Amino acid sequence: MFDSFGIFPIDVALGAIVTWLMLGIAGLLLQNSKIITQFVFPAGAICSLVLALSGLGGLTETSVAILPLGLPDLPFHLRMDALSSFFLLLLGGVSIGISLFSSGYFRHMERGNLALLCLEYHFFLAAMALVFIADDAYMFMVAWESMALSSYFLVTTDHDQSEVRRAGFLYLLIAHIGAIAILMSFGVMQGGHGDYTFDTMRHSHLSTLWASITFLLALFGFGAKAGILPMHAWLPEAHPAAPSPVSAMMSGIMLKTAIYGILRVTFDLLDTQMWWWGVVALTLGLITALFGAFFASVQVDMKRLLAYSSIENIGIILVGIGLSLIFHAFHKDALAALSITATLYHSLNHAFMKGLLFLGTGSVFHATGERRIGKLGGLIHKMPKLALLMLLGTLAAAGLPPLNGFVSEWLLLQAFLLSPGLPQPYLNMLVPIAAAALVLAAALSGYVMVKFYGVIFLGRPRDENLVHLHDSEIHDAGIWERIGMLCMVVACIALGVFPTLVILQLDFVTEMLVHHSLGISALKSGWLLLTPINAERASYGPLILLFIMVAGGLITMLTVKKFYHGRLRRGPAWDCGFPAQTARMQDSAEGFSQPIRKIFEWFMGVIREVPTPFDLKPHYHAETKDRLWSLFYVPIKVLNERIGNQVGKLQHGRIHVYLLYSFITLLALLAFVQ
Amino acid sequence: MNPITNIPFTAQIINMCAAFLLLIAFSMLSQRRILTLINLFALQGLVLSISTAVVAFSSNQEHLYYSAGLTLVLKVILLPWILHRLIHKLNIKWDVETMFNIPTIMLIGLALVVFAFNLAAPISQMSGTITKSTLGIAIASVLLSFLMMITRSKAVPQVVGFLAMENGLFFAATSATYGMPMVVELGIALDVLVGMFILGIFFFQIRVAFDSLDLKHMEKLKED
Repeated sequence: MFDSFGIFPIDVALGAIVTWLMLGIAGLLLQNSKIITQFVFPAGAICSLVLALSGLGGLTETSVAILPLGLPDLPFHLRMDALSSFFLLLLGGVSIGISLFSSGYFRHMERGNLALLCLEYHFFLAAMALVFIADDAYMFMVAWESMALSSYFLVTTDHDQSEVRRAGFLYLLIAHIGAIAILMSFGVMQGGHGDYTFDTMRHSHLSTLWASITFLLALFGFGAKAGILPMHAWLPEAHPAAPSPVSAMMSGIMLKTAIYGILRVTFDLLDTQMWWWGVVALTLGLITALFGAFFASVQVDMKRLLAYSSIENIGIILVGIGLSLIFHAFHKDALAALSITATLYHSLNHAFMKGLLFLGTGSVFHATGERRIGKLGGLIHKMPKLALLMLLGTLAAAGLPPLNGFVSEWLLLQAFLLSPGLPQPYLNMLVPIAAAALVLAAALSGYVMVKFYGVIFLGRPRDENLVHLHDSEIHDAGIWERIGMLCMVVACIALGVFPTLVILQLDFVTEMLVHHSLGISALKSGWLLLTPINAERASYGPLILLFIMVAGGLITMLTVKKFYHGRLRRGPAWDCGFPAQTARMQDSAEGFSQPIRKIFEWFMGVIREVPTPFDLKPHYHAETKDRLWSLFYVPIKVLNERIGNQVGKLQHGRIHVYLLYSFITLLALLAFVQ
Repeated sequence: MNPITNIPFTAQIINMCAAFLLLIAFSMLSQRRILTLINLFALQGLVLSISTAVVAFSSNQEHLYYSAGLTLVLKVILLPWILHRLIHKLNIKWDVETMFNIPTIMLIGLALVVFAFNLAAPISQMSGTITKSTLGIAIASVLLSFLMMITRSKAVPQVVGFLAMENGLFFAATSATYGMPMVVELGIALDVLVGMFILGIFFFQIRVAFDSLDLKHMEKLKED
């Protein structure tokens, strides 16, 4: 696509990255709110578009580059193959909307903070792009750590609040533990050559033991970034702390860098894949997905809810990776291709829809100053445009056709259902159970989305303050914000309606990863109908479905209009004979999820305060705690403190003891060299 | 080992100096009076300077004469003089230090000497210098000075121990390789001098802060 100009996609991508860096620095130097919001962020969006285009071009051709930067004799290697290009496309595509949204969202921010945020924001984008095109472990780790650091500073934008600082620290801690694991996995993978380029790693031919160690280290390390259990704890803390566009980027794009890492290490850098890796990934993914779904359904803070929902989606993506690993190891190429396609597709979908939802929560927060779902309600009247955009986002996230969320989940389920007998009998038993668990997670995500949308936008305002706020005070999302969200909505719809066209592009990546692609079979029945394996088993025509839905809707509307025309009136809702209705009588955020909480109480650790009958100011409060805190994190912390105390005893404060330490060390070393 | 008559005269002198050094190291280890300790340190410097001069004479290494002269000026005259003035000003001239069990320390010192000789044996076999047999003593005096620093609780003896350790290192360098290059030696000499000044200032500061030069008071500095 760029060949005719003698420019390779990687040059274009690098151009976009450098422009981002310069935009960030320009924002810092200019210190001017107006220029930053009206020029720098939109210019960043244009860079995103360019990057997305370069990604689209890079799907078909691999290009490499060497940057003579960094340490002497250790230049940065860059490479843009189909996998990198796909994720660059994702990064570019999602960040267009987020950058445009940011232009509006950060409008009222204080000048100095805005300049800093602009710098961190664009560095974050550039670092993520560099992660995708790094071709040696050195460059990768540099980009990875820059990404972690810049996002840490973005998360702690409101660092004057102590819980924000706490969340930021937790995030940074887990990110670093993950980075250490990734570094070790690279260390194992280079196989003693001392050369850390990915090209060496591809040809290092590890024994199965070392390959397995590499895989597990990479799964753990990248899992910490992705929020795979039990390293998920930072997600529900960091997302509410961060500004909404930052949450959108972290959830939409940054989690995918971890998915990219897992795919890169497992399918590209390691030349053998064991089937049990797939079982590990599948099991972890299922647990993560179910955990995320359950906890999302009981949250009362809208960004925490979305954070848990992100955990659930990452779980689903990991299930896809695990399944393709199993199929790939047993040489079921078509199925491996199908599940990897579903994985990639879901990554793309989740990036757009979760980005959209996080952006929407930002607009809601700006308008009402409230993040707790239970205090909101009835916003559909006050913010109708936002409500429409968010409706589409929630439908996509709930996995309803003809939007995009459905396609990838459907593809993944097809991969489960079409799986013929695998040579392992236990695996054959596991697969239907896993499919059932996946369906449960998908259904729960629908439940979560009903709660999310229903309680925030429908009904009447639950909080007194919200009722008394005038319409002029609750303003709808601004024009920039709406444009940003519109970009995301358009992508959600397009991804949902034209799956065959998307899959044709994904095929380049699938071909690279599992050496097989869906292309031909997906197109067998024409581009209108998506048929993953063959038309007799299953096919899906989203455009037809959309047409039927629109047509059905129109016909119904016209019919109703015809027969009831002019008789429509607005009146008070029927009060069932009990006129003293208040907003408090509506289903609350806690109430909506009460059944789930009741059923899974043993799983979730619920703290409940129920008022006594004599309480004059009755107050009901239920809080759901993550049990993994007490089961996993607290023991580690206690152990750490104990070791720390033991080590602390070394410090006596007596100079003689310190001298004795060096004396003994000296003697030991002398005895050793002897 | 060759009979004693086969060894050249100069080498015999060097060996005797080495023996003296070891003896002085032991006496410093057991010396409780600060004034005598400083005098012993000066004596150690003198022996070191003589032995260096003899090595220079026997091996025709001219730069070693400068080293010997430097040692004489710095470690026999200048540093002891500074230390004398210091303890005079601090009024601790007749201080006697309480130490734990001196015989035990001497026994540990003996063990260290055995260890040092054991350590030096392979090195001195490779070394072609006339002084190779004294390397063990050099290492031993380094270790003994270190041990002295550990066992002392007052600040001045610790500094003396530190300086004595430097003496031992210097002797080790002479005996193993005919000394270090002149530049390095000058640098070390300057370091020792500057270190001495700084520590001298610290003595006063420590005494102002803790009313004593006993280092056990510095345990209060530890954070809890």
